[in-house]
This record gives sequence, structure tokens and C-alpha cells, in this order.
Amino acid sequence: MTGITPRACTAHALRARNIDGIDYVGMDLIDVQSVRIARTRNDVVLGPGERPMGGGTWLFSEPQPGLTGLVDLAGLDWPAITDTGDTLSVAATCTIATLSRIRPRAEWHAHPLLAECSDALLASSKVWTTATVGGNVCASLPAGAMISLAASLDATALVWAVDGDDYRVPVRDFVTGATTNVLRPGDVLRSIDIPSSALRARTAFRKISLSPLGRSGAVVIGRRDADGAFVLTITAATDRPVQLRFDTTPSAVTLRHALAAIDNWYDDPHGAPDWRRSVSAVLAEEVRGELDVPRT
Amino acid sequence: MSHEPDLTFEVNGRAVSASAAPGQCLRTVLRDTDHFEVKKGCDAGDCGACTVLVDGDAVHSCIYPAFRAAGKSITTAAGLGTPDALSPVQQSFVDAAGFQCGFCTAGYVVTASTLEGVPAEDLPRRLKGNLCRCTGYRSIRDALQGVCNVESAPDGDSHGRSIAAPAGARIVSGREEYTLDLPTRSVLHLKILGSPHASARVLSIDTTAAEALPGVRLVLTAEDSPATLFSTGRHEHREDDPDDTLVIDTVMRFRGQRVAAVVADTVAIAEQATRLLRVEYELLDAVFDPEVARRPGAALVHPDKTPAQRVDAAERNVLLSFTRAHGDVQEALAGAAATVSGAWRTARVSHVALETHACRGWLDPGGRVVLRTSSQVPHLVRDELCHVFGVEQDAVRVFTKRIGGGFGGKQELLTEDLVMLAVQRLGMPVQYEFTREDEFTLAPVRHPMTVRVTAAASADGELTALDVDVLSDAGAYGNHSRGVLFHSVGESLKVYRCPSVRVTAEAVYTNNPPSGAFRGYGLGQVMFAVEGALDELARKVGVDPFEFRRRNVARPGAPAETDDDDLQFGSFGLDECLDLVRDALGSGRGEPVPVGEPWTAGSGMAIAMIATMPPYGHFADTSVSVDRRGRYTIAVGTAEFGNGTTTVHQQFAATALGTSIDRVSVRQSDTDTVRYDTGAFGSAGSVVAGKAVLLAAERLRERLQGAARGLVGAGTTQDDAAGASARTVSLVAAGVRVGDTVLGFDRLLDAIDPGSESLSAEGRHDGTPRSMAYNVHGFRVAVNAATGEVRILQSVQAVDAGVIINPEQLRGQVEGGTAQALGSALYEEVRTDGAGTVTTRTLRNYHIPAMADVPHTEVLFAHTVDTIGPMGAKSMSEAPYNPIAPALANAIRDATGVRPHELPMSRDRLWRMLDGATR
Repeated sequence: MTGITPRACTAHALRARNIDGIDYVGMDLIDVQSVRIARTRNDVVLGPGERPMGGGTWLFSEPQPGLTGLVDLAGLDWPAITDTGDTLSVAATCTIATLSRIRPRAEWHAHPLLAECSDALLASSKVWTTATVGGNVCASLPAGAMISLAASLDATALVWAVDGDDYRVPVRDFVTGATTNVLRPGDVLRSIDIPSSALRARTAFRKISLSPLGRSGAVVIGRRDADGAFVLTITAATDRPVQLRFDTTPSAVTLRHALAAIDNWYDDPHGAPDWRRSVSAVLAEEVRGELDVPRT
Repeated sequence: MSHEPDLTFEVNGRAVSASAAPGQCLRTVLRDTDHFEVKKGCDAGDCGACTVLVDGDAVHSCIYPAFRAAGKSITTAAGLGTPDALSPVQQSFVDAAGFQCGFCTAGYVVTASTLEGVPAEDLPRRLKGNLCRCTGYRSIRDALQGVCNVESAPDGDSHGRSIAAPAGARIVSGREEYTLDLPTRSVLHLKILGSPHASARVLSIDTTAAEALPGVRLVLTAEDSPATLFSTGRHEHREDDPDDTLVIDTVMRFRGQRVAAVVADTVAIAEQATRLLRVEYELLDAVFDPEVARRPGAALVHPDKTPAQRVDAAERNVLLSFTRAHGDVQEALAGAAATVSGAWRTARVSHVALETHACRGWLDPGGRVVLRTSSQVPHLVRDELCHVFGVEQDAVRVFTKRIGGGFGGKQELLTEDLVMLAVQRLGMPVQYEFTREDEFTLAPVRHPMTVRVTAAASADGELTALDVDVLSDAGAYGNHSRGVLFHSVGESLKVYRCPSVRVTAEAVYTNNPPSGAFRGYGLGQVMFAVEGALDELARKVGVDPFEFRRRNVARPGAPAETDDDDLQFGSFGLDECLDLVRDALGSGRGEPVPVGEPWTAGSGMAIAMIATMPPYGHFADTSVSVDRRGRYTIAVGTAEFGNGTTTVHQQFAATALGTSIDRVSVRQSDTDTVRYDTGAFGSAGSVVAGKAVLLAAERLRERLQGAARGLVGAGTTQDDAAGASARTVSLVAAGVRVGDTVLGFDRLLDAIDPGSESLSAEGRHDGTPRSMAYNVHGFRVAVNAATGEVRILQSVQAVDAGVIINPEQLRGQVEGGTAQALGSALYEEVRTDGAGTVTTRTLRNYHIPAMADVPHTEVLFAHTVDTIGPMGAKSMSEAPYNPIAPALANAIRDATGVRPHELPMSRDRLWRMLDGATR
């Protein structure tokens, strides 16, 4: 009886979930029958039941009924970081650890955001060595801190489209709701491209959760560009990123009114929506105040 | 059906070849290759118990794809050092006593090995991926900073010293065995199909497809279930708990309840087979609100149960209903100078012992069923299995290895019945291991209660009336609900001397997940209400809260009216505890108040009393034996799960027998080892089993002393013999000293029973009479009205535990209880969707305190000597939990002017409360 593995029985067609979608947490991904290491773009054409895998830390943390194949993107050997001067291109397979440790250029005033957003993850630094930036963005959780980072810096997502018609979409629009995004089945996130102009901007970061280092209830990031424009990005508190853009730093009243128009405050065990609305306003005002003061 | 190894990597310097399924994680592959030092805590990357190094980087191996490990070098806790040659970081965990149950420790040690040079203030951030449920983290911080908290002891002088837990070196090096730390080859695995409905009848189950799946050995349904009703909650007297549960029922009363079980060659096959079961359900009406459940017309959860089955009024879902009164509450309220009324609510809380419930069963060569299980009560499990399955006691052996945390959650029979059924049917080894999700959805939770209190006082601050109404949500099955409800209004009220008291209490069935035993056993819920009400009452009459307690508590010479005739003041340290906490809060120690407009500061306190033993008898049979080398062995029923009783029992024996700790070993928690032990709950390990161990050791001492006197007297004149008995006859490590002569164990044993290998004595204790232990907790806090954040500026607990047996272990129990209670006070709530489905099913959605969440707590000891407990000691393991939530609520009330009435006092709730109060 020794050595029987799940492979022996996976020929059976299995119902993916209990009737209402809640299943047991298994210790392993029991329906997975194959792992393919992608070497070329052709390898990323997904078969039925297959999903691309970055680090696997999220995929392996929850049951994935019906997931029968993994396609490991690490085999594509994408350079983790490509700095073209105009753009800092972060491969989807770049680990969070690599991104958080990137050496700054002198003019990157936004550089602290990399560490601040990594620390905003509930996941420990032991996850960052494996978890990827692309995986965090594609999981599209409200508290996905790589989404906070990318959206606040006006990054765009480059997507390898299933039909070959690759496309770019701002990360703030990439996420469409809690765990949903614009990807169609078979689409694969290739990179997150951050404009250098945003990295040169001054930023202010605030996070709150129900416990000191807990999963984020609200992440509010402000950015003040060289031309005086003020960009406020709210994540974690809302089901998808919300960005408020102003030509110049708004007054407290203007900012408050803009925040009052937001209507997609998120509700989960990490904070009630009315609290998220209220504390987001508190954090936003702190961010406004910090950026309103001339840099010394 | 063998499978060729297809994955090679290196573990601790040794090449390993393993067969791994494509979707397997590294953790399960490592355990498949007998690396049991890699623990399963959550299987979701949240807790860190499975941490290993992969090419030098610490990773959570449960979310690390196994195939990625190919060719890599992996280091586990066992690879860092051995018990005889610990690595520096492992040694520091031993020296600091940086563990209790030890289940998180292997992962902690591996993580810590990568943190050299990390400054102390950065540790909480770097360790947010390592959760410990026992210690409260202070001792772990000490370990990381090289603080030594343990000490050695001269022979016979270990009592009162911070002796290290005997398993320490094995725990930090990953060698200590827990329940499932044994090879998985040739064992079958059991998984259940849980009901998708909170209230339904199973009309039919088609098992054909499941049984046809290769590797499936057995499908169990209600047809296979014994017909005997029982309770998963276990007590000394089985009649304490309702008979309302079957091994497998056809009526589903909560979401997730067993519909069927599958036994198969692997966990994966068993789980896949559960999905192939075709079940036809008839949906039944359900009820989820306990207030609604007891009203006429509500859906009935157990309509057929009767008072003979300990269900008081099944026709209105009432499992237990009682009233108690003395004095005239109405009259006292009418004549009071001040009254306070309110309703307080507590949440469902999960124990989150890091080791999930698990059991492995097999047949021994004699055909007896052997169960190795994660249980606080092996003897009670055995006895109930015998009752349910209709077999004699000698047909079942139940034992435990070290257990990865309990907190009351393992005073249950949750896995053993199915394993026994499967082993009986198949004759093969079978294992059933709960997932972390099972812990949230299947394992009982702390009872949610609504407690209404009206309290009254005279103008000079004398408590004149307490009117208390308790409604407890039992959930779908009764298990501990009766005992918890009785206990909830016990010491929480009896700590006060109040001329008129009225109690009404009901525990009610609903279709929610079952509630069960939890640290404090109901006291904490009612204390949250009573201590809050009295805090408010003291304010109204203008009396300091410490002074208010001092005036009104029951004390020797002025006891409370009570029906517990075996409850006695063996000692009384409450006054001293009050002084210690009041002085500490006034000392200026702790953090300063944050500056800024939204912050306001305040302080608060609460008291807690607990009987030192559970009521109605708690029994322990023990023995202590000595061999010819002077090595002692204690046999005792108490399981070790971080309670530290193994150390305490060693200390008792070593002290009584004049020997050193390392000459005393402990055999424990096995129905084969001792005749009987009620079990490790109600903080009984030190004061019941410990007292029995002490008694056995004292009897052994007397026999050895007697033999020595005989030997000295035998070869001498009568004058010398008289002199021998007059001279000091004392035990030393090498034997018995009479005057200047030491008689060795060879001579002593031969004198008693020539040629015998060992000499043994027995001790028994029946858990009565009982004394009382006290806790007083004080907080200074700052509250941010804009965000609801509570910052604890100072935390201090004074405890009256009698004579302190082991100061470091006691401090650890207080800190750990405080941390667990901070979790339920501020963060933790097992949420449901209001229709019986648990929505917080992982640790990342159910936040237990991490290092960053737990402030330093000053732990202070009262100086009392108990006349009832062993060597003057009292129990102190669940009690430190109880005063935390009310003390914190009282401090928040002081800081903000608004009183929280609901747990957890999460930031969003507090913000809403304060926001509403300012409108």
C-alpha cells in the first residue's frame, strides 16, 4: 500500500466544489496532475484546468478545486527588474523580496514605498522570497500591497493576451473587484511597468488595520509630482483601487468631498466598511498634510 | 502500486529522494520522509510552524511547491542541532524557557536562526509569520535576546525554583514527538464529508462512485454508527453532559457536521472520494439566534431529547435552565443609592491550539484498539468509547504524546470515535487529522453569551444587589454547555459578598457550530459583564474601583453565600493582589500617553476568582518508583500540552525524595500507565495530580527511610538502634543518609524485597476540598477616537497562586493567558454569515495575537501559603485569562467616557461606539 500518490486516481472526473462553493482546506493541491515549466511563450498557452504560477504561495495557501495543472512561469527566466531610464519594468515573476531590496537611484524620492508596501502585506518576509509581484497583483485581493504600490505610482500592467493581441492597462484599472481583474482565461500578466517620473515624486504612505501589523484595512498613498499634481490612491479599504487626482494639493475640504463620493468600501473580517471610510479619510488628511509641507 | 521517487533534494546535509505528487507542498513531502520536526499549524503560510530554510532562506514549507525544492538544500530544526549539541539559538530557547507546548518552536528556531543582529524593536515585524498561542511572546523575545530564565537546583531543593521543562532540548531540536509524529507508511487516512446545510435530514447516500475510486477502503455512514448517544464533551461524570450526539447521525444540525466518512490510502484519495458521495437531503427549518431559539414556534434542534438525556426543555431548545437566588433583589434595588444595568455580549472564539485535533489508531497484537490522540483527557476518552461501542475497558488503550496546545479544546471526543470505528472495521492503522479549517468549522468554540446585569450599591459603596441573566448559545450540540453555564455564574459572583443575588441562566440549542470548553469555562464571559457593571457602579457611588472590591469581596470570616460546601479559604491573597496592581498602576512605569488630539488615556482593573479544582470530584492515581541506580519514575495520567505539569511533578518528587531533577522521569497520559486520571482540565494538573504525585513520593520516602532505619538498627546494639531512629534519616541522591552513613539503593531495595528491580508507592487524590485562587489585572491605555485604536501603555497582573512552585513557568502561564485573552478582547471572532456558515476559516482571517500585538505584562505574585494545595500551592493556568477583557473595557471606559459592552473590542467597533457617542 506504500507510495500511492494522487496521480493514481486523477483520471476520475471530480466535482470541483461542494454545492455552495465552500470546500475543505487540503494540505496539498489534490487535483493537480501536472506541472509544466514554461520555457517559451508557447508554453504559456494554457490547457483546460491549468493556471500560471508565480511563486505559488497564494495558490498553495487555499484549496483550488478543479485546478489540474500548474504552469510555472519561473522557467521563462524573465529579468526581474529592467530599468530603461523612463520605466522601471518589474517582471511578473520578480519576487517581492527582490523588489523590496532594489537599489534606488538618487532621484527616486518614492523609493521608501517599496519597503512600506512590502511591510503592508500580512505575509511575512519568509513569503516574500517566493511570492511574486505578479502573483500578488493577479490575486487581486483588496489588501494586495503590490497593487497599492503599482497603482499609486501609475504603473501599467503588460498582459500577454490569449489571442496574441497583447495589451496594457493601468494597474488601478487592472483590478476590477475583490479577487477579480481584467484578465481573460489564458491571459498572463507579463510585467508591471512603473514610470520613472512617478518614482521621482514625493510620496506619503499610511496604513491601518485592526491590529498593529495585521492585514490592511486601509492603505492610503499620496504622491506629489514635480508639476505639483497630487494623486491619492486608496486600496485595501475599497474592493478595488480608487484614485483621486488633483492638479495641485487639494484643501482639506476638497479632499474630504472627493472621498465622500467613494462608494465601494469593502466589508470583510479586516474591517467594517463604515470604519474603513472614516479611517481612510483620517489617513488621507495625514497624507495631504505631509505632502503639503515643502520638503526640507 | 508503487511510485518511483521523482524528487531529489538535500535535507540537513543528507540526500533525500521522495515521490511527490505534482500539487504537493514541501511540508507534506518532508513529513512523508519522516522529518516530523516540520509541523503543520495552518497549511496556509500564516503560522510559521513549518518553517525551513531553502538554500538559506526561511520559507513556510506549507506554501512552497515541492517540485521547486528539486536540487535544493533544506535545513530543518533538526538540522540546526541535536539535543546533545544544540545550536546557540536552540540553546537560547531552552535557557529562556521560550516555549510552552513547543509546537511552534521548531519553526521559531529555524526563523530565529536567520535573525542574528536584528534589533529588538524590529523583531515583531520580522516575526509576524510565527504565531505562538501559549507564551505571550515575552519568553520568546528573551530567547532572541539571550536572556536566561531557568536555573538549576541542588538535590532536593528544586521547589520554588525556575526549573526548565524536561523536554526542552528535544523540543528546540524538533525531536519531541507530538501526536502524529510517526511514519505515515501503511496507515490509512480518514476524511469526512461535512453537511452543506445547517439543518437537514439525510435521505440517502449513494456511495457507489466513492467506493469505486481506487485506494478507497471504507465508506462509513449513519448505518455504520453505534446507536448509543453520547456527548463529545468529557467529564468525570458522563451524566454531566447531554446525550445528544451519534458517531454519524442522519440529522444534520450544523454546517459541516459529519454526513459520512471515507477511509483511503491517502488523504487526497479520501477527500476526493468524499466529493463522489451522492447525498440526498431534506432541508429542515433552522434557527441561529439563541434569543429566537427559545421562543415559541422556533425550529427545534433536538425535539426528541428528554431531561433523562440532560436536555431540560427540548420543546423550546433549552438544554439547561436554572435560577438561583438569595435575599430579596427587588427590595434591594428599590432601596439602592445607585444602580447600573446593561447587557454584555461575547463572541465565538477558537482555541487555535497550534496542533490540530488528530488521532492515529491501530490494533495491538492482542487485538486491542490503541488510539494515539491529541487529548487532554485520555482516560475519559477511553471510558466513553467503551460506553459508545459497548466494549470493556481492556479492549481500548488511549494515550497521548506531547500535545500541541489545548486550552479546553481537547477536553472533547472529536476524532477518536471515527478512528475506532474504522480500525474495528478494517483492522488496519487509520489516521484522522483535522485541518485548520476544521478547527474553525467542526471543533467547538467558546460559548457566545449575552449577560444582562443589574447591580446596586448603597451610598457608602456597599454592594447590595446583583441580578444576573445569562443566555448561552450552545450551538447544535450540547457537549460542555451545561457545565459551562453552571460554572459561568460560579466564582464570577461568589467572589463577592452580596446580600441579595438573583441568577437566571439558560443554554440554548441553535443550528450554529457547537460551543465547548474554553479556558475559563464560562467565567470570563460573565466576569466581562459583572466586572464592567461594578466598575460603573463604583463610579456612580464615587468609590475607587480597588476600594470598591476590597469592601465587597468575600473573605475569610465574611464568606459569600454558597452551595459549594467543599470550597474553602485555603488561603486568601486577594487584598495583596489589589495592592500590588494599584501600586503598579501608580508607579509611573509603562509607556507615555501618545501626543495628539484624538488620544485620550485612562486606567482600569478587574478581579477574578477561581476554585483551585473542578467541582464534584477530580481523581488522580499516581505512582512513584525508584530503581537500584536511584532513578525515580513518576507514573501519572496528566497530559503535557504546555501546562508545565511535567516539570511541576518532577519538582514535587525531587523535593520529597531529596534528589535531583534529572534523576526523575515521568511516564504520563496513557491508560496503560496509571489506573485512572480524570484529566488535565480545570487547572487540575498541579493541584490534583500533583498532590497525588507528592503523596506517592512521600510514601516512597517513608518506605526507604523505614528500610534505612531497619538496616542501621539491625547490625547494632539496642542503644545504637535507638540512636538511629533519633538521628536524622534523610533521603539524598545516592540513597538514605542516617547520621554520617549513606545507605545505597541496592541495600535499601534488598532490605525491602531481595532481588527486586524497583520499589514503588502509590498516591491518589480525589479533588476535594477545594481552595480559591485570585487574579487582579490592571491596564493603562490610550484610545484614538478617530480610528478606534487601543494602545496598551501598561499591563500588570497580580496572582495569588499560593506558594509558587516554578516562578518562570507561572509567569509564562500568566503571560500566555493574558495574550490569549487580549486576542478575544481585541481581535478574535469566529464569524458566521448568520445562517450557520463560518466565514473566518483561516488564520489570516481570524487574527490571533502575534508578537506585535502583545505588550509587556508585569507579573506579580502574592505571598500566601495554601492549606489545601500541595506544598502550599494553588492552581493557576486558566485563571489569568479571565480578568483581561473586563479590565481592558474598564480602562477604555475611563479613557473615553463610553463603556464597551461587546467583544471583541475591535477598532471598527470602538470607533463606531465613540463616533456614535459624540453625535
